[in-house]
Amino acid sequence: MTVSVVRFGGSNCDRDAVRALEYLGVDADIVWHEDGLPADTEGVVVPGGFSYGDYLRAGAMAAQSPVMDEVRALADDGVPVLGVCNGAQIGCEAGMTPGAFTTNASARFQCERVHLRVENADTPWTAAYSEGDVLEVPIAHGEGRFEIGEDAYDDLVADDRVLFRYCDADGEVTDEANPNGSTGAVAGLTGDRDNVAVMMPHPERATLPELGATDGQGVLSAFA
Amino acid sequence: MTAYTATVTVRLKRGVLDPEAETTQQALERLGFELGDLRSADRFEIDLDADDEHEAAERADEMAERLLANPTIHDYDVAVEPRE
Repeated sequence: MTVSVVRFGGSNCDRDAVRALEYLGVDADIVWHEDGLPADTEGVVVPGGFSYGDYLRAGAMAAQSPVMDEVRALADDGVPVLGVCNGAQIGCEAGMTPGAFTTNASARFQCERVHLRVENADTPWTAAYSEGDVLEVPIAHGEGRFEIGEDAYDDLVADDRVLFRYCDADGEVTDEANPNGSTGAVAGLTGDRDNVAVMMPHPERATLPELGATDGQGVLSAFA
Repeated sequence: MTAYTATVTVRLKRGVLDPEAETTQQALERLGFELGDLRSADRFEIDLDADDEHEAAERADEMAERLLANPTIHDYDVAVEPRE
């Protein structure tokens, strides 16, 4: 599989994503958004960073860029698409996943390791785990608080589209373990179909053993 | 065609947490100001030419729908005035 990692002006986790994917044996290339996706694209990562300087709202500008129409078309064809951090914000702004990621309850940028509980192991992104597994993966964001209307949240839960919730080391979902005030402690979710996923934590920063954490490998192995 | 300025005000829906407004309010209180509550909003002033006020408002409304506001968390309103 060849994964296109879409680079916008201000993306800064694009190379990390390529290195992590290559470590897992996946061919991956950075694609400048204005160049469009190569014809052999079989997977897409929208990486983290600060596309368009987070102007207006994080992800709002990139979501309107032409390359996202191509990403959406591939997603409709069943191609796996993962948005991480700023990529998650872009995915929600582009309407590929419901809800929005907005200012952390702390009003601060938070860069720390958090625990995630696997809520649904029956997706390509979580097939490497079991439901209830607790992962340790870093976050690095100022706008990661998941907000969604009540009805849409109920639908999300009823359709089993929550991938991960923030939890403590024992897997308990508590207010203290919720780093940013996300609704339902949601850290990651899928689109209408489970080939599209977005998440605020960084699996690509928890893949290479030399970085000291490898719990994120399972997410990226969806592309393997 | 007439010249108009459409003002689009985008604010968080009631009930959506606004940490930046809370922080701003706390800073004002630290400065000794007394206040009940503080809400923040983004305001966009858009100069455009249109046949009439209605058309100007419609176009500004579409800009808000498509980009300026995020319907998940925002409400917005549009006000149009002729521009000198």
